[in-house]
Amino acid sequence: MAPILSIRDLRKTYDDGFQALKGVTLDIEHGEILALLGPNGAGKTTLISTICGITTPSGGTVTVDGNDIVTDFRAARALIGLVPQEVALEPFEKVLNTVRFSRGLFGRPRDDARIESILRKLSLWDKRNSATKALSGGMKRRVLIAKALAHDPRILFLDEPTAGVDVELRKDMWNIVAELKADGVTIILTTHYIEEAEAIADRIGVITNGELLLVEDKDTLMARLGKKRIEVQLAEPVDAVPTALAAHDLTLANGGDTLVYTYDIHGERTGITQLLNDVAGAGLTLRDVETRQSSLEDIFVDLVQEERA
Amino acid sequence: MNWTAIAAIYRFEMARFFRTLLQSFLSPVLSTSLYFVVFGAAIGSRIDQVEGISYGAFIVPGLVMLAVITQSISNGSFGIYFPKFIGTIYELLSAPINFLEIVLGYVGAAATKALFIGVVILLTSTLFVDLSIAHPLAMVAFLVLTCISFALLGFIIGIWAGNFEQLQLVPLLIVTPLVFLGGSFYSILMLPPIWQKITLLNPVVYLISGFRWSFFGTADLPVGYSLLAIAAFTCLCLGVIWWIFRTGWRIRS
Repeated sequence: MAPILSIRDLRKTYDDGFQALKGVTLDIEHGEILALLGPNGAGKTTLISTICGITTPSGGTVTVDGNDIVTDFRAARALIGLVPQEVALEPFEKVLNTVRFSRGLFGRPRDDARIESILRKLSLWDKRNSATKALSGGMKRRVLIAKALAHDPRILFLDEPTAGVDVELRKDMWNIVAELKADGVTIILTTHYIEEAEAIADRIGVITNGELLLVEDKDTLMARLGKKRIEVQLAEPVDAVPTALAAHDLTLANGGDTLVYTYDIHGERTGITQLLNDVAGAGLTLRDVETRQSSLEDIFVDLVQEERA
Repeated sequence: MNWTAIAAIYRFEMARFFRTLLQSFLSPVLSTSLYFVVFGAAIGSRIDQVEGISYGAFIVPGLVMLAVITQSISNGSFGIYFPKFIGTIYELLSAPINFLEIVLGYVGAAATKALFIGVVILLTSTLFVDLSIAHPLAMVAFLVLTCISFALLGFIIGIWAGNFEQLQLVPLLIVTPLVFLGGSFYSILMLPPIWQKITLLNPVVYLISGFRWSFFGTADLPVGYSLLAIAAFTCLCLGVIWWIFRTGWRIRS
């Protein structure tokens, strides 16, 4: 089956010369959930905005179910729903009317039953007659999703759906995404949070500086990302890793006064207890123990280096 | 043509108007009444007649035009500026619609609102003066065309404006003076000869003159000039809007 979304060498250079996208190529399959991970300014929102028609591409092509987003923009856009990063709603309008408006804007005839089912699914039906300004932040985000779904899109873009929302709402959002996937909607979401990608995505793309570094199956990537480091500082430096500790695959750092141990946080056993016992057994005195998980930025840097190696 | 989308935009914009219906009507009725009190009663009692028409009746077309032009611009500019300001414009840009459909929806609604106000003012004026309309069809046509063309101008201002101050700038600094100096309250024949010539550079003069002709059958300028002026102005605005959407100026990066 041909991909539902096909991006080829997509480029975007803004008027001030800033290159936000430097030739992104990506295929997205029907019904999958793709999470785009990347730091601020990586180009995630520009990528989404360009596909959706908010930003004009400087080069490359995008087709949505075979329809070019420029030459056949009506057919392409009709298939797409967008939930923007910022909460932007007409403040004085009722929830029901604002969702109806979205359906009409996409050229779909009025269908009250369909709108009711969307609002019910998003727990908004009770609030249908409230002005959007009276809603909580979480409810406003739900309204944005309802608006994006009002015309029954086959692809849904969620631009940082959980940025700045509390844990409970984040979980709610993940459940909504899972239900949409069950309905056969293809979902592309951007996020800063590895755990979010881990919780809901099928595939993960890593984007930084306008380039897509890699797109991988979630399980493969999480195995690479889910590493943590423990740094054991010794009272006295050593010349080499003592043979009694050889089984732990340690490296020496800081001129021999730090032993570095890397472990998998997803593993059943981390091996930390055994390591500390063996360090004591080898007659070494500890000065400090520090654990450190790579930040997303570190992971990106590692990934870039690995990719280029 | 995506008529469903045009209707959706139109209805959504009209809903804003109906939410504030009382303010929308009260304010023009009050200001028109004030104009009648000040110009009609206070000044009119000394002027008596202009071109054979009582001064109170003479200023009605000008007053209607004044309100309609101001309302068209403010509705047209606010309608498109507000989505830009609150960020909901993303939805318009990502929808399967083209510029003409967006313009038809927004400008149609803005013009409709202005037309409502124009009719309300016309009805209010009948409380103060005896009014007869010589060419009712032409009167409606002038009114509708003025609403549309100035709503288009408002739309351009709304796209251009980067903040609320700029939104007010063009109406305050350019449009209001042009309308006041366009013969709303006087016949241009009452001006000194040199000013009679200078005032012909003001496009609003043609509109008010044509509109006044539709009421009284007489006008400062031939009615053909008035029609030509409003047609040219509408075309100019449409051209600018077409260019805006083609280049994405101030809306699509």
